[in-house]
Amino acid sequence: MTTTATSDVISLRGITKAFPGVVANDDVSLDIVPGQVHCLLGENGAGKSTLISILAGMQQPDSGTVSIGGTVVDISSPKVAVDNGIGVVHQHSTLVPAFTVLENLMLGDGGVLLDEKRATRRLEELAGLLGVEIDPHALASDLGLGQQQQVEIAKAMWKGSRLLVLDEPTSMLTPQAIEHLAESIARVKAEGLAVVLITHKLREAYAMGDCVTILRAGRNVGHISTEELATYSEQQAQDAILAAMFGEDIVAVGDEATELAGATEASRETAAIDFASRPVRLELRGASSRGAGRDVDVEDVSLTLREGEILGIAGIDGHGQNALSELVAGQRPASTGTLVFDGDDITRSGVRGRQRLGIRYVTDDRLHEGTVGSMSVAVNLVIKRIGEQPFWRSGRIQPKAVDAEAKRLIDEYGIRTPSPATRAGTLSGGNIQKILLARELTNGARLVVVNKPTYGLDLKTVHLVREILTDFAAQGGSVLLLSTDLDELIELSHRIQVISRGRLVGSVVNDGPGTAEKVGQYMTGAIEGTD
Amino acid sequence: MSEMLSATFITVFIATVIAQAMPLMLAAVGETIGEQAGILNLGIEGVMLIGAYTGFVVTLMTGSFWIGMLAGAIGGVVANAAMLVLNVWLGLNQIVIGLAITLIGEGITSVLYLQNYTSSPASLGAQPRMPIPGLSEIPVIGPALFRQSGIFWLMIVLILVLAFALARTSWGLSTRSAGQKPSSLDAAGGSVMRTRSTAVILSGVLVGLGGAYLALLTTATFSPHLTNGLGFIAIVITMLSRGRILIVMLTSLVYGLAVAMGPALQVIGFTVPADIIKMLPFIIVIVMLIVFARSSVVPPALGAPYTRGAR
Repeated sequence: MTTTATSDVISLRGITKAFPGVVANDDVSLDIVPGQVHCLLGENGAGKSTLISILAGMQQPDSGTVSIGGTVVDISSPKVAVDNGIGVVHQHSTLVPAFTVLENLMLGDGGVLLDEKRATRRLEELAGLLGVEIDPHALASDLGLGQQQQVEIAKAMWKGSRLLVLDEPTSMLTPQAIEHLAESIARVKAEGLAVVLITHKLREAYAMGDCVTILRAGRNVGHISTEELATYSEQQAQDAILAAMFGEDIVAVGDEATELAGATEASRETAAIDFASRPVRLELRGASSRGAGRDVDVEDVSLTLREGEILGIAGIDGHGQNALSELVAGQRPASTGTLVFDGDDITRSGVRGRQRLGIRYVTDDRLHEGTVGSMSVAVNLVIKRIGEQPFWRSGRIQPKAVDAEAKRLIDEYGIRTPSPATRAGTLSGGNIQKILLARELTNGARLVVVNKPTYGLDLKTVHLVREILTDFAAQGGSVLLLSTDLDELIELSHRIQVISRGRLVGSVVNDGPGTAEKVGQYMTGAIEGTD
Repeated sequence: MSEMLSATFITVFIATVIAQAMPLMLAAVGETIGEQAGILNLGIEGVMLIGAYTGFVVTLMTGSFWIGMLAGAIGGVVANAAMLVLNVWLGLNQIVIGLAITLIGEGITSVLYLQNYTSSPASLGAQPRMPIPGLSEIPVIGPALFRQSGIFWLMIVLILVLAFALARTSWGLSTRSAGQKPSSLDAAGGSVMRTRSTAVILSGVLVGLGGAYLALLTTATFSPHLTNGLGFIAIVITMLSRGRILIVMLTSLVYGLAVAMGPALQVIGFTVPADIIKMLPFIIVIVMLIVFARSSVVPPALGAPYTRGAR
C-alpha cells in the first residue's frame, strides 16, 4: 500500500448524462494529466458534480467513455473507481461522525480483522505527504472542518490514488485553512498524482490550477491549456473564463458576475453610517438557549443590532447558528438572559407574538422547515399567518384573499411559478428561497434573521437575494445574517461577529480590506486550535 | 421465612433469571445487529414466534434439542426474508413490513398449533444438561450456572463472538457504517445492499434462536402468543443499549431478574396479587425507559432505505 503514481492520462470522451427534464452533461470531453491540477469551473447546475459522480462511480453516463492510459474503464460502482485509484473528496462530508478517524479510514478495507497498526502507519505516511497532523483516535464529529477535509483527502488517497478529485473544497474554509489546502494540493501534485479541483471562484482556479475547463449548462464551453494559462496574466485569465462561463449573458450580468464568481477579493464600500446614533432594534443580554437535540446550543450571547444595520455572524457550519437564529425567532426558549426588541422585553413571548412585532426568520432548511412542498405556492406564502384575517375567517380559509396576496408577492419578488396553485416542492431552490423571503419580509417586518440565505443557489438568484436584503436594510429594517460564506458576509454586513461552539468570540467592523483575515483569525483561533 | 432463602431456593432463582433472560438477550442481540445496519425490525415478535414454533415442532419430531435450535434459527431467517426482500431490496417501509411480520407470525403459529396440538398438548421434557466438571460442584451457584445445557454455552459464545466482531472486524465496521451513513460505505467501495442483507439474515438467526430457546429451554413447550410482547421488549432494550452488546446482555439480565422476582416473592410469603407479579417485568422496562430514554440514540440512517446518489 504505497502511493502509486503513473503517467497514464485519464480521458473523458463524449460524456452525456440526462436526468428527467435536464441534461446535466452534454458531450463533455477532457483529459486529466498526472502532475497537474485541472480546474473545473462553472456555476451551480453547470454539471460539475454530475461529472464527478460519474468519475466516482456513483452515476453511470448515458453515453461516452472514461479511459485510463488508453484503456476504456467501465466505472460501474464506487468500488471500481477506488480500485482504479480514483479518490474523490465530495462536497458534502462522507465521514461517519460517530466513528473515529481511523475507523473512517479503515472502512472499505479488506481482511477480516481491522488492522489498526497498519492503518496508523498509512495515516502517518499520508499526513506526512499532505504536510498535516491528524489525531487517529479523535471522533470525526470533534474535528474542525479544515481537519475533517484533511481526513477526507487522506481517505481519498488511502488505497494509493492516481487521481484526487476535490469538489468545492474551499467553500466552507477560513482563508487560513484555504492556504493549508493549497499547500497540500501542491504536495500531492509534486508526488505525480493528477488533481481535479472543482470551484466556482476564479481566483482560486488561477492560483492553484495548471489548466482550466469551463462547464456551462452541461457542456464543455472552454478550455485554457497549461501553456496558455502560464502566459496569461490574472486579468486575461479572468476575462477568458468569464466569457466562457456566462457567454452572451456577460453583458447583462457585467461586473456583478466578476464579483459573484469570486474573481476579486470581496469588499464592500462602506458608506459612513454612524450606527451609534440609531435606535437599538434588538439586544441580547447574556442569552443562552436550551437543548433541542444534539446540535450546539448558544451560550451567554450578547449582541446589539440597530435600525438599518446588517450584522453578520460568521462561523463554521454547525457552531450554534441554528440555535441563535431560533432563539431570536422564538422557536427555542432562552434558558438564561434576556432578549429586548425595540425596548420591550420579549424573552417570554412566543413565535407568533414575535412575528406580530415584526421579527421574521428565514431558515436555512428551505425544503423542510421553510416550506411544505406538497402544498401550493399560495398557501406557503401565507402559512405563517394561519387563522389570521383576511386569509381565514371563522376558521375557514378564504381562497380568494390568499390568491390575491400570493399574486402580489409573486409579482413583487419575481417568483417564477406556473401559477399560485402549483405545489411549492416542484419549484427550483432559488424560487423556493424567494417564497421564504417574500413571506417573511411582507406585512411589517422590522428585523429579519436569515440563515445561509444563498447556500446552493445559482449566481443570479444569489445576487437577487443579496439585493433584497440590502434594500430591506436601506429602508430601515435590521438584518441578522448568519452565513458560512465569508465573501457574502463581507459584501453585505456592516459588522461581523464570529460564532464558535455557541459563543461569540470576536467582533470586526467591516470597514475595508483586511476584514476577511481578521474574521478568519477569530475562526481559526477558536476552532482549529493551534493548527 | 429464613428457611425459604435456602441454597436450593437461590439456585432455582439464579437459574430462573438466566432462563428468562436468554431468549430476550438473543432476540435483542439480533435486533441490535439489524439496527446497527440501519434496519428497524418491528417484526421480531413474529420472528420469535416462528422460531419458537419451528423449534418446538422439530424437537418433538426428532427428539433433539440441538436440531430444534437449528430449526428455530432457520425459521427466523425465513421469517426475516420478508424484511430482506421487501425492505432492503425493494425499499418499502420498514414499519409496515415489521408490523406485518409480527401479525403473520402470531397468526400462523397460533393456527398451526391449535390445528395440530390442542388435542394432546405436548411438552418437550427435560433439556440435556452439560455439567462443567469441577465448577458445577460449587455450592449454590454451581448447579445454577454450570449445570446448564450445552446450548446455553453455545449461545453465550455466539453472542460474545458477535460483540467482538461488531467492534473489531471489517464486517462490523461496514455493518455499523450502513446504519450511520450508508453513502460513506458506498463511497468507500463497500456494498450497502450486501451489508444490510447479511445483517438481516444474521438478525433472523439470532431472533429465531431466541424464540426457540424460549420454547425449548425456558418453557419446554409452545402455546399461542408464547412470547407475550418479548419481541417488543427486545426492541426497547436494543434502543437503550445503543448498539453495545455487553449492555444488551446486562439489561436482559435485569429483565430476567424482574421475571424471577415474582415467583420468588410469593415463595418468600409476600402476598402480592398475581396480576402485579405478572406486570413486574413490564413495569421494570417502563422504568428503564423513563430513566434512560433520553440517552437512547439510534443510528442516524435507521429506517431509511438506501438509494445511491439520492440526497
